[in-house]
Amino acid sequence: MSACTDDVKAVTCTVKPPVYLHIGETKPDAAHSGICVVDVTLPFGKPASIEEITFKNYYTASVTVRLLRRGPGQEAPAKWCTALRDLPLMDNPHTERGSQDYCTIHRTQMKAEPDHVVSVRLILRQPSSAWLTFSIGDVKIFPRAEPDPEKEVSDWLSDLTLVDQHSDLEGLPDPQTVSSSIQQMWALTEVMQTNQTSASIGRFDVDGCYDINLLSLT
Amino acid sequence: MDEGSELSLSVAHVVQRLKGSHLHSQIERQAKECLHQPEIKLDSLKEDVRSFLKTAGWERKLQNSVYRELHVQPPPSHPAAPPEHLKEPLAYMRKAQASWEKRVLKSLNSMSTELGVPLARMRPAAEQKELTNKWNEMGTDEPDLSRFRPVYAPKDFLEVLVSLRNPNHDSSEDVSARSHWGLIQVPLNVRDVPQLRRAFCELNLTAGQLGIDDHAHMHPDLFENDYVQIGKKVVVDQDSAAAQQYSRQGCPTGLRADLWALILNSTNQPPDVMHYEQLKAGVIQHDLLVDNLIYKDVKLTASNDDYYFVFEDFLYQVLLCFSRDAAVLEHFKYNSATPPKSYIQGKVGDEECAVVYPPNGIIPFHGFSMYVAPLCFLYNEPSKLYSVFREMYIRFFFRLHSISSSHSGIVSLCLQFERLLQTHLPQLFYHLRQIGAQPLRIAFKWMVRAFSGYLSTDQLLLLWDRILGYDSLEVVAVLAAAVFAFRAENLMEVTSLASAEAVLADLSTLKVMPLIQIFLFATAI
Repeated sequence: MSACTDDVKAVTCTVKPPVYLHIGETKPDAAHSGICVVDVTLPFGKPASIEEITFKNYYTASVTVRLLRRGPGQEAPAKWCTALRDLPLMDNPHTERGSQDYCTIHRTQMKAEPDHVVSVRLILRQPSSAWLTFSIGDVKIFPRAEPDPEKEVSDWLSDLTLVDQHSDLEGLPDPQTVSSSIQQMWALTEVMQTNQTSASIGRFDVDGCYDINLLSLT
Repeated sequence: MDEGSELSLSVAHVVQRLKGSHLHSQIERQAKECLHQPEIKLDSLKEDVRSFLKTAGWERKLQNSVYRELHVQPPPSHPAAPPEHLKEPLAYMRKAQASWEKRVLKSLNSMSTELGVPLARMRPAAEQKELTNKWNEMGTDEPDLSRFRPVYAPKDFLEVLVSLRNPNHDSSEDVSARSHWGLIQVPLNVRDVPQLRRAFCELNLTAGQLGIDDHAHMHPDLFENDYVQIGKKVVVDQDSAAAQQYSRQGCPTGLRADLWALILNSTNQPPDVMHYEQLKAGVIQHDLLVDNLIYKDVKLTASNDDYYFVFEDFLYQVLLCFSRDAAVLEHFKYNSATPPKSYIQGKVGDEECAVVYPPNGIIPFHGFSMYVAPLCFLYNEPSKLYSVFREMYIRFFFRLHSISSSHSGIVSLCLQFERLLQTHLPQLFYHLRQIGAQPLRIAFKWMVRAFSGYLSTDQLLLLWDRILGYDSLEVVAVLAAAVFAFRAENLMEVTSLASAEAVLADLSTLKVMPLIQIFLFATAI
């Protein structure tokens, strides 16, 4: 789980409709395709660094992620690279497990650094003939959170950092040990006082009344 | 999600669940009281208190509680996944479950309207007093139940499962040798014999088993005596995880009650007894329509059974209280079913006046009381019996009557039974299919009840030992296939569904462990 997804919004990107690939000419009654390509383009002129890609699976057995990256310079040509090859989404392509799960691909799973990405290509594979169709939905790309630039906050925070001072304490107990044991005792008493119950009370009526209507069918 | 954050999430969940529990306050009190002890020193306070709690057995109790929470914790979910995805990931199964529930609710509503019996009513004081006096002998009552009929029977549920279809599944291919011959047409993951051999390795031919190696012909020194000694040690140690592992080879009769209570972490402390008394008060106060369904079910099933009729009163005491237990609602987080909802009279639509009906959200069906009946052999104290039953229901039994893709769910068990039969007894399956006797139509009623009421009680308890030991109901599907394998010769000669039913009508002489062992480990693959 990435804490980033709570604070960071997904990049607005365009998800192109899936393109199913066939061998030879496309005949309308041909066998189902087993491979599909979904292109996701990031906003023009704003290449992003990707933190993670999330989507909902619909009967895709495995996914390969390819990235189109453009180097930092304006004139640098954009190049495709494979970030992740054949990540299994269903452990058996013929059976249901994993077929409708929500998935996340994190940058740490990628072989290539997903920085300065212009476009993402998801290659979906479903080798089993058991399914009528397969795809993925709800594709979201989350950018990498930028590290905060230097702000005034960090300055005064660093002033508060305790500086190690070796004061002259002969014969007295070490202040560190005393303070830590006092902290421990305080923590114990704090724990004893807080008593948030997650246990339910267990009443099933409403103020003593349980005269109910018929069961609700919605 | 990577493993590290999954683990922290699990830990956080478990801590949240245990906070404020009875165990939590007991440990706090102990920690406070132990400060008086001379061996607790200020400068090593934390470690000393910890080791005190450990030697006094509190760490073990905490471990058992954590272990229990892990059993009922829903699997880790994706942050984008909505709660219904957690209950059941497949959309078409959620839909099927919802429409099945709607049918059941409609049926209950029409029963209430037609019979003129309200779903719930407060008992007048005189009636409450009478019930309190009669609490221990409710079986002597002979109320007029002729107007009531069970809301549904297992065979109605089977029809729903048979009609389950995945809209994305390509079933255009004609029926052939490669296709599935059975009734369940959804492609769930089920394990086959090689995988089951690995998973159930303790049932191997080379391992001792209760149910096989404690037979009268075998000298007890060969296996039984040592095994019972180990069992006693497990009970003394009060270790939940060890008890679960031990149970895989069976529980000795004298230790079974303690071992099962340990595996389920089912205590009978004052708060549990108080909770049971509170439920009893709920029964006395309000009369529910489902109570009549429970009475009817007990009269029709357990009271007619040679082994269980003596426990009739216990069954009422457990099942009526079970219906009032709102704590059971928690399990709906991981159950694909949803508790029925209603509103206080005159306040329809006002969410403040919305209630669950019955309070535990579970509408009993024909045969439900058979989940409780075998437990009466182990526990004779109502609150303890109740505690164990409730835990068994929210861990296992709920899966037998709700539509889900879980590997222990009834749909998977049915599919697994059919697959095992088709793979290992293809001639038998083909023959039965030809004569119009689909095997599942016979085996379904056994599996829905986890064989309760079909096997003799000692054999049933040996089977349920393995359900607890492996934390899975798959052994029920394996036994169903093994029974067909055992009676294969007779079944090959029948020519109708009725005669196939007759061959398999009486399972009371079967010995379950040899059947399971032979099917899993002596079948040629």
